[in-house]
Amino acid sequence: MSAAAAIEFDCVGYARGGSTILREVSLRVEPGETVVLLGRSGAGKSTALRMVNGLIQPSSGRVLVNGVATAAQDAIRLKRSCGYVIQEIGLFPHFTAGQNVGLVPRLEGWPPARIAERTAELLGQVGLDPAVYGRRYPRDLSGGQRQRVAIARALAADPAILLFDEPFGALDPITRAEMQRQFLELRKSLHKTALFVTHDVREALRLASRIALVDAGRVAVVCRPEEFRRTEHAAAREILAAAGELP
Amino acid sequence: MRSDIAQQMAELTGEHVLLVLISVGIAVALALPAGIWMAHHSRARPWLAGFANVVQTIPSLALFGFLIPIPLIGGIGARTAIVALVLYALLPVLRGTLAGILSVDGAIRESAVAMGMNGWQLLTMVELPLAARNILAGIRVATVSTIGTATIAAAIGAGGLGVFIFQGIASVDTTQILAGAVPAALLALVADGLLGVVERRLAAT
Repeated sequence: MSAAAAIEFDCVGYARGGSTILREVSLRVEPGETVVLLGRSGAGKSTALRMVNGLIQPSSGRVLVNGVATAAQDAIRLKRSCGYVIQEIGLFPHFTAGQNVGLVPRLEGWPPARIAERTAELLGQVGLDPAVYGRRYPRDLSGGQRQRVAIARALAADPAILLFDEPFGALDPITRAEMQRQFLELRKSLHKTALFVTHDVREALRLASRIALVDAGRVAVVCRPEEFRRTEHAAAREILAAAGELP
Repeated sequence: MRSDIAQQMAELTGEHVLLVLISVGIAVALALPAGIWMAHHSRARPWLAGFANVVQTIPSLALFGFLIPIPLIGGIGARTAIVALVLYALLPVLRGTLAGILSVDGAIRESAVAMGMNGWQLLTMVELPLAARNILAGIRVATVSTIGTATIAAAIGAGGLGVFIFQGIASVDTTQILAGAVPAALLALVADGLLGVVERRLAAT
């Protein structure tokens, strides 16, 4: 038996309202790697992601985080041990950027001085001057700045696992490329385990240690980005061709 | 004679304000939790909303009359009036609370849960602050309408500025009617203005 994966899907199925969304999904995410769940809208990627921090429980099979089934873990502890980034709307509009970032430390009962220090450190890390942006509300930030705040918020309590649900989906192409560059830099410096959902094959090729192609509720292909370009799987060829990534 | 009237006017205004504060206070204490509960239990919504709506349709003078023979809450005096005023003030506060909490974006609620907030933290840190404007708008409507309705409470001996109005009607004395009606209208304007300022303050944050 090998060492525990950071995240493991063990024959996971999920059905809701009579329709099957995931079937027999098995996938291991090793500590420190970034696995991108790639697929079309409605393929079941986000559903799989939301099982990791226990927002959804599988209908069959198990999801294990650090070797322990999510169903057997304390729901709130599990959620706080996973950073979670969704599209920009997920920031709290009545909190400043700084308050958004400091939220999980505050929930964890850190002393205010340590929260302030951590918040400033994180805003700096994602390229926002804390003196300028810390007191602004989300509505006074650009889309890219909001997304940086969301990433800083997910990193706040230093979780081992980061979950990204189409985090750059609403950004313009230039901001998106800039955010991807930032993501790669953070990955290099922080060594976190990440599960990243996107429908953008180029984003997947750029960011992934490994790509898991989700097609109609199943994991169709799991491979490294350079292998993904050469795969013969029909769904993979289709998604590559649609993005103009096939020769 | 002049100072007599002035003094009586001050006393009645004081009674009036007290009636309104107590009634709206009790209504908020009841409707706020009820609204929060309704927002989280969709099946309860039609029942509670229906009850509050039906109460609202009863003419106020009739409601005061209905309450008089009821033991414990009835009788002649301020207590009966407060019961009736509370019933009227429930609906706007209930509606405001419900609308406010239901207007919180699903993505924000989910992101709060994903951050590891428990139900109480979700309510106090996210839902109520975001619903505050709607709730306050409901309290504002309830307060202004209670100031008006409370003038009728004098009919069952509850005091307040309605005393002047009923005396004026009985003696066909327009001046006396105005001595009750003008301060009541001013009170309503002041309350509306003050609560409006608080509402805008909330909007600015």
